[in-house]
Amino acid sequence: MAKVIFTVGDDISTDIIYPGRYMATVLPSETPQFAFIDDPEFNGRLLSTDEPQARAIVAGENFGCGSSREQAVSTLKGHEVVIVAKSIARIFLQNAVNLGLDIVIAPNIEASTGDELEISENQAINKTTGQSFEIVPLPKSRQEIIEAGGLIPFTRTRLLAG
Amino acid sequence: MSMTIVEKILAKAAGKSALKPGDVVEPRIDLAMSHENGALVINQFLQIYEGTPLEPKVWDASKIAIIFDHRVPAESPKTASNQKKVREFVREQFIGKFHDIRGDVGGICHQILPESGYVRPGCVVVGTDSHTTSHGALGAFSFGIGATEMASVWALGKALNVEVPATIKVIVTGEFPEFVGPKDLILHLIGKISAQGANFRVIEFHGDTIRKMSTSGRLVICNMSVEAGATAGIVPADDETVRYLKEEAGVEDSLEMVFPDADAEYDELIEIDVSKLEPQIACPHTVDNVKSIDEVHGTAIHQVVIGSCTNGRLDDLEMAASMIRGKKVSQNTRMLVFPASGRIYSQALGKGLIGDFMTAGALVMNPGCGPCLGIHEGALGDGEVALSTTNRNFKGRMGNPTAAVYLCSPAVAAASAVTGVITDPRKGDN
Repeated sequence: MAKVIFTVGDDISTDIIYPGRYMATVLPSETPQFAFIDDPEFNGRLLSTDEPQARAIVAGENFGCGSSREQAVSTLKGHEVVIVAKSIARIFLQNAVNLGLDIVIAPNIEASTGDELEISENQAINKTTGQSFEIVPLPKSRQEIIEAGGLIPFTRTRLLAG
Repeated sequence: MSMTIVEKILAKAAGKSALKPGDVVEPRIDLAMSHENGALVINQFLQIYEGTPLEPKVWDASKIAIIFDHRVPAESPKTASNQKKVREFVREQFIGKFHDIRGDVGGICHQILPESGYVRPGCVVVGTDSHTTSHGALGAFSFGIGATEMASVWALGKALNVEVPATIKVIVTGEFPEFVGPKDLILHLIGKISAQGANFRVIEFHGDTIRKMSTSGRLVICNMSVEAGATAGIVPADDETVRYLKEEAGVEDSLEMVFPDADAEYDELIEIDVSKLEPQIACPHTVDNVKSIDEVHGTAIHQVVIGSCTNGRLDDLEMAASMIRGKKVSQNTRMLVFPASGRIYSQALGKGLIGDFMTAGALVMNPGCGPCLGIHEGALGDGEVALSTTNRNFKGRMGNPTAAVYLCSPAVAAASAVTGVITDPRKGDN
Protein backbone atom coordinates (compact mmCIF):
# COMPACT_ATOMS: atom_id res chain seq x y z
CA MET A 1 0.00 0.00 0.00
CA ALA A 2 1.32 3.42 -0.96
CA LYS A 3 0.00 6.75 0.28
CA VAL A 4 -0.41 9.52 -2.30
CA ILE A 5 1.73 12.37 -0.99
CA PHE A 6 0.82 14.68 -3.83
CA THR A 7 -0.76 14.86 -7.25
CA VAL A 8 0.35 16.85 -10.30
CA GLY A 9 -1.29 17.61 -13.66
CA ASP A 10 -0.26 17.02 -17.28
CA ASP A 11 3.09 17.91 -18.92
CA ILE A 12 5.17 18.11 -15.75
CA SER A 13 8.58 18.87 -17.25
CA THR A 14 11.97 17.85 -15.93
CA ASP A 15 12.53 21.60 -15.37
CA ILE A 16 9.78 21.46 -12.73
CA ILE A 17 11.02 18.19 -11.21
CA TYR A 18 14.65 19.33 -11.15
CA PRO A 19 15.26 22.99 -12.15
CA GLY A 20 18.19 23.76 -14.46
CA ARG A 21 19.98 25.88 -11.90
CA TYR A 22 20.74 22.75 -9.84
CA MET A 23 22.13 20.79 -12.77
CA ALA A 24 25.74 21.30 -11.72
CA THR A 25 24.84 18.82 -8.98
CA VAL A 26 25.12 15.51 -10.79
CA LEU A 27 25.73 12.71 -8.32
CA PRO A 28 22.59 10.63 -7.55
CA SER A 29 23.54 10.78 -3.86
CA GLU A 30 23.31 14.60 -3.89
CA THR A 31 20.28 15.31 -6.10
CA PRO A 32 17.32 14.22 -3.87
CA GLN A 33 17.25 17.47 -1.85
CA PHE A 34 16.26 19.48 -4.95
CA ALA A 35 13.18 17.48 -6.07
CA PHE A 36 10.31 19.86 -6.96
CA ILE A 37 12.24 22.58 -5.12
CA ASP A 38 10.30 25.45 -6.69
CA ASP A 39 7.24 24.09 -4.91
CA PRO A 40 8.39 24.25 -1.27
CA GLU A 41 5.33 22.32 -0.03
CA PHE A 42 5.95 19.30 -2.32
CA ASN A 43 9.66 19.44 -1.68
CA GLY A 44 9.01 19.52 2.06
CA ARG A 45 6.70 16.51 1.88
CA LEU A 46 9.25 14.51 -0.10
CA LEU A 47 11.99 15.35 2.35
CA SER A 48 9.81 14.78 5.42
CA THR A 49 10.54 11.71 7.47
CA ASP A 50 7.09 11.85 9.11
CA GLU A 51 5.40 10.40 6.00
CA PRO A 52 4.71 6.66 5.76
CA GLN A 53 7.34 4.43 4.17
CA ALA A 54 5.51 3.62 0.93
CA ARG A 55 4.65 6.83 -0.90
CA ALA A 56 3.25 7.66 -4.32
CA ILE A 57 3.11 10.70 -6.59
CA VAL A 58 0.14 10.63 -8.95
CA ALA A 59 0.64 12.46 -12.26
CA GLY A 60 -1.29 13.22 -15.45
CA GLU A 61 -0.18 12.82 -19.06
CA ASN A 62 3.38 13.21 -20.37
CA PHE A 63 5.13 13.18 -16.98
CA GLY A 64 8.85 14.03 -17.24
CA CYS A 65 8.69 15.75 -20.63
CA GLY A 66 11.51 17.97 -21.83
CA SER A 67 15.17 17.77 -20.99
CA SER A 68 16.99 14.42 -20.80
CA ARG A 69 18.61 15.38 -17.47
CA GLU A 70 18.92 12.21 -15.45
CA GLN A 71 18.87 14.20 -12.21
CA ALA A 72 15.07 14.41 -12.66
CA VAL A 73 14.98 10.65 -12.07
CA SER A 74 17.73 10.32 -9.46
CA THR A 75 16.19 13.15 -7.42
CA LEU A 76 12.96 11.11 -7.06
CA LYS A 77 14.72 7.77 -6.77
CA GLY A 78 16.38 9.10 -3.63
CA HIS A 79 12.97 9.31 -1.93
CA GLU A 80 11.79 5.74 -2.59
CA VAL A 81 8.57 7.01 -4.11
CA VAL A 82 6.44 5.32 -6.79
CA ILE A 83 5.31 7.48 -9.72
CA VAL A 84 1.84 6.58 -10.99
CA ALA A 85 1.21 8.52 -14.21
CA LYS A 86 -1.35 8.50 -17.03
CA SER A 87 1.59 8.55 -19.45
CA ILE A 88 5.33 9.19 -19.25
CA ALA A 89 7.62 10.96 -21.74
CA ARG A 90 10.09 8.67 -23.49
CA ILE A 91 13.48 9.80 -22.16
CA PHE A 92 12.25 10.10 -18.57
CA LEU A 93 10.73 6.63 -18.79
CA GLN A 94 13.95 5.13 -20.12
CA ASN A 95 16.01 6.91 -17.46
CA ALA A 96 13.62 5.62 -14.78
CA VAL A 97 14.07 2.05 -16.06
CA ASN A 98 17.84 2.49 -16.23
CA LEU A 99 18.12 3.81 -12.66
CA GLY A 100 15.40 1.64 -11.14
CA LEU A 101 12.90 4.37 -10.25
CA ASP A 102 9.53 2.73 -9.56
CA ILE A 103 7.08 3.85 -12.28
CA VAL A 104 3.57 2.73 -13.10
CA ILE A 105 1.55 3.74 -16.17
CA ALA A 106 -2.17 3.78 -15.40
CA PRO A 107 -3.87 5.78 -18.20
CA ASN A 108 -7.08 6.43 -16.25
CA ILE A 109 -5.69 6.85 -12.74
CA GLU A 110 -7.69 9.08 -10.41
CA ALA A 111 -6.47 9.83 -6.91
CA SER A 112 -6.18 12.68 -4.46
CA THR A 113 -3.54 13.54 -1.92
CA GLY A 114 -3.91 11.24 1.08
CA ASP A 115 -5.50 8.35 -0.84
CA GLU A 116 -4.11 4.85 -0.36
CA LEU A 117 -3.13 2.94 -3.51
CA GLU A 118 -2.66 -0.79 -3.79
CA ILE A 119 -0.53 -1.53 -6.83
CA SER A 120 -0.26 -4.99 -8.35
CA GLU A 121 1.04 -6.22 -11.69
CA ASN A 122 -2.12 -5.43 -13.66
CA GLN A 123 -3.99 -2.83 -11.70
CA ALA A 124 -3.84 0.03 -9.27
CA ILE A 125 -6.65 0.06 -6.72
CA ASN A 126 -7.50 3.30 -4.98
CA LYS A 127 -8.49 1.85 -1.62
CA THR A 128 -9.85 5.21 -0.49
CA THR A 129 -12.36 5.59 -3.35
CA GLY A 130 -12.73 1.89 -4.18
CA GLN A 131 -11.92 2.45 -7.87
CA SER A 132 -9.49 0.24 -9.77
CA PHE A 133 -7.39 1.27 -12.75
CA GLU A 134 -5.70 -0.80 -15.43
CA ILE A 135 -1.90 -0.72 -15.60
CA VAL A 136 -0.10 -0.80 -18.95
CA PRO A 137 2.91 -3.10 -18.49
CA LEU A 138 6.31 -1.99 -19.72
CA PRO A 139 7.59 -3.83 -22.81
CA LYS A 140 9.77 -6.89 -22.26
CA SER A 141 12.86 -5.03 -23.46
CA ARG A 142 12.56 -2.63 -20.54
CA GLN A 143 11.48 -5.29 -18.02
CA GLU A 144 14.79 -7.08 -18.64
CA ILE A 145 16.75 -4.02 -17.55
CA ILE A 146 14.61 -3.59 -14.43
CA GLU A 147 15.01 -7.28 -13.54
CA ALA A 148 18.79 -6.94 -13.88
CA GLY A 149 18.71 -4.16 -11.29
CA GLY A 150 19.17 -1.30 -13.74
CA LEU A 151 21.28 -0.51 -16.76
CA ILE A 152 24.62 -0.45 -14.93
CA PRO A 153 24.50 -4.14 -13.83
CA PHE A 154 22.81 -5.04 -17.15
CA THR A 155 25.71 -3.47 -19.09
CA ARG A 156 28.30 -4.96 -16.73
CA THR A 157 26.97 -8.46 -17.43
CA ARG A 158 27.13 -7.83 -21.17
CA LEU A 159 30.64 -6.45 -20.93
CA LEU A 160 31.89 -9.43 -18.95
CA ALA A 161 30.23 -11.81 -21.43
CA GLY A 162 32.43 -10.18 -24.10
CA MET B 1 9.59 -5.71 -46.83
CA SER B 2 9.21 -1.95 -47.23
CA MET B 3 10.56 0.25 -44.48
CA THR B 4 10.59 3.83 -43.24
CA ILE B 5 13.94 5.62 -43.17
CA VAL B 6 14.51 4.95 -39.46
CA GLU B 7 13.60 1.27 -39.83
CA LYS B 8 16.20 1.04 -42.62
CA ILE B 9 18.89 2.86 -40.65
CA LEU B 10 18.28 0.70 -37.58
CA ALA B 11 18.19 -2.51 -39.62
CA LYS B 12 21.60 -1.73 -41.08
CA ALA B 13 23.04 -0.68 -37.70
CA ALA B 14 21.73 -3.84 -36.05
CA GLY B 15 22.64 -6.23 -38.87
CA LYS B 16 19.04 -7.15 -39.67
CA SER B 17 17.46 -7.47 -43.09
CA ALA B 18 14.12 -6.01 -42.08
CA LEU B 19 12.51 -4.38 -39.06
CA LYS B 20 9.07 -3.27 -38.00
CA PRO B 21 7.87 -1.06 -35.14
CA GLY B 22 8.13 -2.81 -31.78
CA ASP B 23 11.08 -5.01 -32.75
CA VAL B 24 13.92 -4.79 -30.24
CA VAL B 25 17.44 -4.20 -31.55
CA GLU B 26 20.94 -3.27 -30.44
CA PRO B 27 22.15 -0.75 -33.03
CA ARG B 28 25.85 0.10 -33.25
CA ILE B 29 26.37 3.78 -32.56
CA ASP B 30 28.18 6.02 -35.04
CA LEU B 31 28.39 9.09 -32.83
CA ALA B 32 27.85 9.54 -29.07
CA MET B 33 27.57 13.15 -27.93
CA SER B 34 27.60 14.72 -24.46
CA HIS B 35 28.09 18.20 -23.02
CA GLU B 36 28.82 19.25 -19.42
CA ASN B 37 26.69 16.33 -18.27
CA GLY B 38 29.61 14.21 -19.43
CA ALA B 39 30.65 14.57 -15.77
CA LEU B 40 27.70 12.36 -14.77
CA VAL B 41 28.32 10.00 -17.69
CA ILE B 42 31.89 9.49 -16.45
CA ASN B 43 30.58 8.70 -12.95
CA GLN B 44 28.14 6.09 -14.31
CA PHE B 45 30.73 4.71 -16.78
CA LEU B 46 33.23 4.04 -14.00
CA GLN B 47 30.50 2.33 -11.96
CA ILE B 48 29.93 -0.19 -14.76
CA TYR B 49 33.51 -1.40 -14.31
CA GLU B 50 33.40 -1.56 -10.50
CA GLY B 51 34.10 -5.04 -9.18
CA THR B 52 35.26 -6.30 -12.58
CA PRO B 53 38.80 -7.09 -13.68
CA LEU B 54 38.31 -4.86 -16.71
CA GLU B 55 40.04 -1.52 -17.26
CA PRO B 56 37.52 1.31 -17.93
CA LYS B 57 38.09 2.11 -21.59
CA VAL B 58 35.62 3.68 -24.02
CA TRP B 59 34.74 1.48 -26.99
CA ASP B 60 35.90 3.96 -29.66
CA ALA B 61 37.32 7.34 -28.65
CA SER B 62 36.93 8.69 -32.19
CA LYS B 63 33.16 8.28 -32.05
CA ILE B 64 32.62 10.22 -28.84
CA ALA B 65 31.96 13.96 -29.00
CA ILE B 66 31.96 16.23 -25.96
CA ILE B 67 31.03 19.88 -26.39
CA PHE B 68 30.84 22.39 -23.54
CA ASP B 69 27.86 24.67 -24.10
CA HIS B 70 25.33 24.62 -21.27
CA ARG B 71 27.34 26.67 -18.80
CA VAL B 72 30.02 28.55 -20.70
CA PRO B 73 32.10 30.12 -19.35
CA ALA B 74 31.47 28.29 -16.07
CA GLU B 75 28.97 30.15 -13.86
CA SER B 76 30.13 28.49 -10.62
CA PRO B 77 33.09 26.66 -9.10
CA LYS B 78 31.01 23.48 -9.16
CA THR B 79 30.50 23.68 -12.92
CA ALA B 80 34.14 24.61 -13.48
CA SER B 81 35.13 21.51 -11.50
CA ASN B 82 32.77 19.32 -13.55
CA GLN B 83 34.32 20.74 -16.74
CA LYS B 84 37.79 20.08 -15.35
CA LYS B 85 36.84 16.47 -14.59
CA VAL B 86 35.60 16.04 -18.17
CA ARG B 87 38.80 17.55 -19.64
CA GLU B 88 40.90 15.08 -17.63
CA PHE B 89 38.79 12.17 -18.86
CA VAL B 90 39.04 13.43 -22.46
CA ARG B 91 42.84 13.38 -22.16
CA GLU B 92 43.02 9.99 -20.45
CA GLN B 93 40.70 8.33 -22.95
CA PHE B 94 41.91 10.22 -26.05
CA ILE B 95 38.39 11.44 -26.88
CA GLY B 96 38.64 12.77 -30.43
CA LYS B 97 35.81 15.22 -30.85
CA PHE B 98 36.23 17.53 -27.87
CA HIS B 99 35.16 21.17 -28.12
CA ASP B 100 36.24 23.24 -25.15
CA ILE B 101 35.16 26.80 -24.31
CA ARG B 102 36.70 28.55 -27.33
CA GLY B 103 35.88 31.30 -29.80
CA ASP B 104 37.00 29.33 -32.86
CA VAL B 105 35.65 25.77 -32.61
CA GLY B 106 33.38 26.13 -29.59
CA GLY B 107 29.63 26.53 -29.51
CA ILE B 108 26.35 24.73 -28.96
CA CYS B 109 26.62 20.97 -29.47
CA HIS B 110 23.72 20.88 -31.94
CA GLN B 111 25.52 23.39 -34.15
CA ILE B 112 29.05 22.02 -33.66
CA LEU B 113 28.08 18.49 -34.72
CA PRO B 114 26.65 19.50 -38.11
CA GLU B 115 29.16 22.27 -38.91
CA SER B 116 32.10 20.01 -38.07
CA GLY B 117 30.84 17.29 -40.42
CA TYR B 118 30.45 14.75 -37.60
CA VAL B 119 26.95 13.68 -38.68
CA ARG B 120 26.29 11.83 -41.95
CA PRO B 121 23.11 10.56 -43.58
CA GLY B 122 22.20 7.07 -42.38
CA CYS B 123 24.16 7.33 -39.12
CA VAL B 124 22.86 6.43 -35.68
CA VAL B 125 23.57 9.31 -33.30
CA VAL B 126 22.83 9.44 -29.58
CA GLY B 127 23.30 12.39 -27.27
CA THR B 128 22.75 13.14 -23.59
CA ASP B 129 20.56 16.02 -24.60
CA SER B 130 16.92 15.88 -25.63
CA HIS B 131 17.51 18.17 -28.62
CA THR B 132 19.80 15.57 -30.17
CA THR B 133 16.80 15.14 -32.49
CA SER B 134 18.34 18.09 -34.40
CA HIS B 135 20.68 15.87 -36.40
CA GLY B 136 17.83 14.17 -38.20
CA ALA B 137 18.15 17.27 -40.42
CA LEU B 138 21.06 15.48 -42.14
CA GLY B 139 19.20 12.20 -42.64
CA ALA B 140 20.58 10.51 -39.52
CA PHE B 141 18.59 8.69 -36.82
CA SER B 142 19.49 10.86 -33.86
CA PHE B 143 17.91 10.69 -30.41
CA GLY B 144 18.34 11.84 -26.83
CA ILE B 145 19.30 9.49 -24.00
CA GLY B 146 20.16 9.79 -20.32
CA ALA B 147 23.62 9.77 -18.79
CA THR B 148 23.52 6.13 -17.67
CA GLU B 149 22.47 4.97 -21.12
CA MET B 150 25.37 6.97 -22.55
CA ALA B 151 27.74 5.28 -20.09
CA SER B 152 26.50 1.96 -21.46
CA VAL B 153 27.12 3.17 -25.03
CA TRP B 154 30.64 4.30 -24.10
CA ALA B 155 31.32 0.79 -22.77
CA LEU B 156 29.68 -1.30 -25.51
CA GLY B 157 29.43 0.89 -28.63
CA LYS B 158 25.79 0.05 -29.01
CA ALA B 159 22.49 1.00 -27.49
CA LEU B 160 20.82 -1.90 -25.70
CA ASN B 161 17.19 -2.92 -25.99
CA VAL B 162 16.10 -0.22 -28.43
CA GLU B 163 12.51 -0.61 -29.52
CA VAL B 164 11.99 0.26 -33.18
CA PRO B 165 9.70 3.33 -33.14
CA ALA B 166 6.65 3.80 -35.35
CA THR B 167 6.81 6.76 -37.74
CA ILE B 168 4.54 9.70 -38.46
CA LYS B 169 4.88 11.02 -42.03
CA VAL B 170 4.48 14.79 -42.24
CA ILE B 171 4.11 16.23 -45.73
CA VAL B 172 4.65 19.97 -45.94
CA THR B 173 3.69 21.92 -49.06
CA GLY B 174 3.42 25.54 -50.13
CA GLU B 175 5.66 28.55 -49.96
CA PHE B 176 6.20 30.36 -46.66
CA PRO B 177 4.73 33.89 -46.56
CA GLU B 178 7.21 36.68 -45.81
CA PHE B 179 8.51 36.59 -42.20
CA VAL B 180 7.15 33.08 -41.69
CA GLY B 181 9.49 30.09 -41.69
CA PRO B 182 10.63 26.77 -40.18
CA LYS B 183 10.11 27.89 -36.55
CA ASP B 184 6.49 28.79 -37.28
CA LEU B 185 6.01 25.46 -39.06
CA ILE B 186 7.28 23.37 -36.16
CA LEU B 187 5.39 25.41 -33.53
CA HIS B 188 2.23 24.95 -35.62
CA LEU B 189 2.81 21.18 -35.81
CA ILE B 190 3.44 20.89 -32.05
CA GLY B 191 0.28 22.91 -31.34
CA LYS B 192 -1.66 20.64 -33.67
CA ILE B 193 -0.54 17.27 -32.30
CA SER B 194 0.27 18.31 -28.66
CA ALA B 195 3.36 17.99 -26.48
CA GLN B 196 2.99 14.22 -26.39
CA GLY B 197 1.46 13.78 -29.86
CA ALA B 198 4.55 12.00 -31.14
CA ASN B 199 5.72 10.33 -27.90
CA PHE B 200 7.79 7.20 -28.70
CA ARG B 201 7.42 7.86 -32.45
CA VAL B 202 9.56 9.38 -35.20
CA ILE B 203 8.50 12.32 -37.36
CA GLU B 204 9.67 11.89 -40.97
CA PHE B 205 9.41 15.15 -42.93
CA HIS B 206 8.53 15.27 -46.62
CA GLY B 207 7.09 17.65 -49.21
CA ASP B 208 8.15 20.51 -51.50
CA THR B 209 8.56 22.95 -48.62
CA ILE B 210 11.05 20.65 -46.90
CA ARG B 211 12.96 19.97 -50.13
CA LYS B 212 13.39 23.72 -50.66
CA MET B 213 14.34 24.32 -47.01
CA SER B 214 17.99 24.97 -46.07
CA THR B 215 19.79 22.62 -43.67
CA SER B 216 19.56 25.43 -41.12
CA GLY B 217 15.76 25.34 -41.35
CA ARG B 218 15.69 21.54 -41.23
CA LEU B 219 17.74 21.68 -38.04
CA VAL B 220 15.00 23.88 -36.52
CA ILE B 221 12.16 21.46 -37.27
CA CYS B 222 14.09 18.35 -36.24
CA ASN B 223 15.39 20.11 -33.11
CA MET B 224 11.89 20.86 -31.86
CA SER B 225 10.34 17.52 -32.88
CA VAL B 226 11.14 16.41 -29.33
CA GLU B 227 8.73 19.09 -28.06
CA ALA B 228 5.96 16.93 -29.53
CA GLY B 229 7.52 14.01 -27.66
CA ALA B 230 9.14 12.50 -30.77
CA THR B 231 12.03 10.08 -30.37
CA ALA B 232 13.52 11.70 -33.48
CA GLY B 233 12.72 14.02 -36.34
CA ILE B 234 14.25 13.21 -39.71
CA VAL B 235 14.53 14.70 -43.18
CA PRO B 236 15.70 12.18 -45.80
CA ALA B 237 18.96 13.47 -47.27
CA ASP B 238 19.02 15.17 -50.69
CA ASP B 239 21.13 17.55 -52.79
CA GLU B 240 20.89 20.23 -50.10
CA THR B 241 22.28 17.78 -47.52
CA VAL B 242 25.21 16.97 -49.79
CA ARG B 243 25.79 20.67 -50.48
CA TYR B 244 25.77 21.50 -46.75
CA LEU B 245 28.12 18.68 -45.79
CA LYS B 246 30.60 19.35 -48.63
CA GLU B 247 30.52 23.16 -48.73
CA GLU B 248 29.80 24.15 -45.14
CA ALA B 249 30.99 21.18 -43.08
CA GLY B 250 34.05 20.32 -45.19
CA VAL B 251 33.16 16.65 -45.63
CA GLU B 252 35.27 15.09 -48.37
CA ASP B 253 34.51 11.38 -48.23
CA SER B 254 31.62 9.83 -50.11
CA LEU B 255 28.19 9.84 -48.52
CA GLU B 256 25.93 6.85 -48.27
CA MET B 257 22.34 7.97 -48.59
CA VAL B 258 19.39 6.14 -47.05
CA PHE B 259 15.84 6.72 -48.25
CA PRO B 260 12.48 5.44 -47.04
CA ASP B 261 10.67 3.02 -49.35
CA ALA B 262 7.86 4.60 -51.35
CA ASP B 263 5.39 2.10 -49.93
CA ALA B 264 6.64 2.17 -46.34
CA GLU B 265 3.97 1.87 -43.66
CA TYR B 266 3.38 4.90 -41.49
CA ASP B 267 1.54 5.13 -38.21
CA GLU B 268 -0.05 8.45 -39.13
CA LEU B 269 -0.07 10.90 -42.03
CA ILE B 270 -0.20 14.66 -41.45
CA GLU B 271 -0.37 17.22 -44.27
CA ILE B 272 0.41 20.88 -43.75
CA ASP B 273 0.12 23.74 -46.26
CA VAL B 274 2.30 26.65 -45.10
CA SER B 275 1.20 29.16 -47.74
CA LYS B 276 -1.24 30.86 -45.34
CA LEU B 277 0.64 30.17 -42.09
CA GLU B 278 0.80 33.11 -39.66
CA PRO B 279 3.72 33.78 -37.30
CA GLN B 280 3.22 31.31 -34.41
CA ILE B 281 3.82 31.90 -30.71
CA ALA B 282 4.08 29.20 -28.02
CA CYS B 283 2.56 30.76 -24.91
CA PRO B 284 3.39 29.96 -21.27
CA HIS B 285 3.91 27.36 -19.87
CA THR B 286 3.82 24.54 -22.45
CA VAL B 287 5.30 24.38 -25.93
CA ASP B 288 2.00 23.12 -27.37
CA ASN B 289 0.11 26.19 -26.16
CA VAL B 290 0.54 27.69 -29.63
CA LYS B 291 -1.36 30.73 -30.89
CA SER B 292 -1.25 32.93 -33.96
CA ILE B 293 0.52 36.20 -33.34
CA ASP B 294 -2.65 38.30 -33.50
CA GLU B 295 -3.92 36.59 -30.34
CA VAL B 296 -0.97 37.77 -28.22
CA HIS B 297 0.08 40.87 -30.15
CA GLY B 298 0.82 43.77 -27.78
CA THR B 299 1.91 41.65 -24.79
CA ALA B 300 4.63 43.56 -22.90
CA ILE B 301 8.03 41.83 -22.79
CA HIS B 302 11.03 42.49 -20.57
CA GLN B 303 13.67 40.36 -22.29
CA VAL B 304 14.18 39.20 -25.86
CA VAL B 305 16.51 36.25 -26.44
CA ILE B 306 17.82 35.34 -29.88
CA GLY B 307 19.90 32.19 -30.04
CA SER B 308 20.00 28.56 -28.87
CA CYS B 309 20.32 25.23 -30.67
CA THR B 310 17.00 26.10 -32.30
CA ASN B 311 17.55 29.59 -33.71
CA GLY B 312 21.11 30.85 -33.24
CA ARG B 313 22.34 30.22 -36.80
CA LEU B 314 23.57 32.74 -39.36
CA ASP B 315 20.25 33.01 -41.22
CA ASP B 316 18.49 33.62 -37.88
CA LEU B 317 20.94 36.39 -36.98
CA GLU B 318 20.61 37.89 -40.48
CA MET B 319 16.83 37.98 -40.14
CA ALA B 320 17.01 39.49 -36.66
CA ALA B 321 19.58 42.11 -37.70
CA SER B 322 17.47 43.12 -40.70
CA MET B 323 14.55 43.87 -38.34
CA ILE B 324 16.52 46.13 -36.00
CA ARG B 325 19.11 47.70 -38.32
CA GLY B 326 18.96 51.47 -37.92
CA LYS B 327 16.46 51.15 -35.06
CA LYS B 328 16.80 50.89 -31.28
CA VAL B 329 15.83 48.24 -28.78
CA SER B 330 12.91 49.64 -26.76
CA GLN B 331 13.77 51.18 -23.38
CA ASN B 332 11.12 48.86 -21.92
CA THR B 333 12.98 45.67 -22.80
CA ARG B 334 16.46 44.24 -23.24
CA MET B 335 17.74 42.07 -26.08
CA LEU B 336 20.35 39.33 -25.79
CA VAL B 337 21.87 37.64 -28.84
CA PHE B 338 23.73 34.32 -28.63
CA PRO B 339 25.35 33.11 -31.87
CA ALA B 340 25.19 29.29 -31.85
CA SER B 341 28.92 28.80 -32.44
CA GLY B 342 32.21 30.61 -32.68
CA ARG B 343 32.13 30.11 -36.43
CA ILE B 344 28.69 31.72 -36.69
CA TYR B 345 29.86 34.57 -34.45
CA SER B 346 32.77 35.23 -36.83
CA GLN B 347 30.54 35.04 -39.88
CA ALA B 348 28.10 37.47 -38.25
CA LEU B 349 31.02 39.76 -37.44
CA GLY B 350 32.18 39.64 -41.07
CA LYS B 351 28.71 40.55 -42.31
CA GLY B 352 28.43 43.45 -39.89
CA LEU B 353 25.57 41.87 -37.96
CA ILE B 354 27.29 42.10 -34.58
CA GLY B 355 27.68 45.85 -35.13
CA ASP B 356 24.02 46.13 -36.14
CA PHE B 357 22.96 44.47 -32.89
CA MET B 358 25.27 46.47 -30.63
CA THR B 359 24.37 49.80 -32.30
CA ALA B 360 20.70 49.04 -31.81
CA GLY B 361 21.29 48.39 -28.13
CA ALA B 362 21.20 44.59 -28.19
CA LEU B 363 23.84 42.77 -26.19
CA VAL B 364 25.81 40.16 -28.14
CA MET B 365 26.85 37.33 -25.83
CA ASN B 366 29.26 34.44 -26.15
CA PRO B 367 28.25 31.33 -28.13
CA GLY B 368 26.48 28.80 -25.92
CA CYS B 369 23.07 27.88 -24.53
CA GLY B 370 22.75 31.21 -22.69
CA PRO B 371 19.69 31.63 -20.46
CA CYS B 372 17.59 29.02 -22.31
CA LEU B 373 17.78 26.55 -19.44
CA GLY B 374 17.78 29.05 -16.61
CA ILE B 375 21.31 28.80 -15.32
CA HIS B 376 23.03 32.08 -16.15
CA GLU B 377 23.44 34.93 -18.65
CA GLY B 378 19.93 36.32 -18.48
CA ALA B 379 17.71 35.13 -15.64
CA LEU B 380 14.27 36.74 -15.42
CA GLY B 381 13.00 38.84 -12.51
CA ASP B 382 9.82 38.02 -10.59
CA GLY B 383 6.81 38.24 -12.87
CA GLU B 384 8.88 39.22 -15.90
CA VAL B 385 8.07 38.07 -19.43
CA ALA B 386 10.57 36.88 -22.04
CA LEU B 387 10.10 36.48 -25.77
CA SER B 388 12.61 33.96 -27.01
CA THR B 389 13.68 32.03 -30.10
CA THR B 390 14.62 29.08 -27.87
CA ASN B 391 12.67 25.84 -27.62
CA ARG B 392 11.08 25.56 -24.17
CA ASN B 393 8.77 27.75 -22.11
CA PHE B 394 8.16 25.48 -19.12
CA LYS B 395 7.47 27.12 -15.78
CA GLY B 396 10.80 28.18 -14.31
CA ARG B 397 12.67 27.40 -17.51
CA MET B 398 14.51 30.73 -17.66
CA GLY B 399 15.47 30.50 -14.01
CA ASN B 400 12.43 32.01 -12.30
CA PRO B 401 9.22 30.07 -11.62
CA THR B 402 7.20 33.30 -11.37
CA ALA B 403 8.32 34.49 -14.84
CA ALA B 404 6.81 33.59 -18.21
CA VAL B 405 8.42 32.67 -21.55
CA TYR B 406 6.88 33.02 -25.02
CA LEU B 407 8.58 31.23 -27.95
CA CYS B 408 8.75 32.58 -31.50
CA SER B 409 10.84 33.00 -34.65
CA PRO B 410 13.84 35.35 -34.93
CA ALA B 411 11.76 37.75 -37.06
CA VAL B 412 9.06 38.10 -34.39
CA ALA B 413 11.62 38.34 -31.57
CA ALA B 414 13.63 41.13 -33.22
CA ALA B 415 10.57 43.11 -34.37
CA SER B 416 9.25 42.92 -30.82
CA ALA B 417 12.54 44.07 -29.28
CA VAL B 418 12.08 47.38 -31.10
CA THR B 419 8.58 47.97 -29.72
CA GLY B 420 8.87 46.27 -26.31
CA VAL B 421 5.66 44.34 -26.97
CA ILE B 422 4.93 41.22 -29.04
CA THR B 423 4.86 42.59 -32.57
CA ASP B 424 3.95 41.10 -35.93
CA PRO B 425 7.00 41.55 -38.18
CA ARG B 426 4.67 41.87 -41.18
CA LYS B 427 3.17 45.02 -39.69
CA GLY B 428 6.35 46.79 -38.59
CA ASP B 429 6.62 49.16 -35.64
CA ASN B 430 2.90 49.82 -35.12
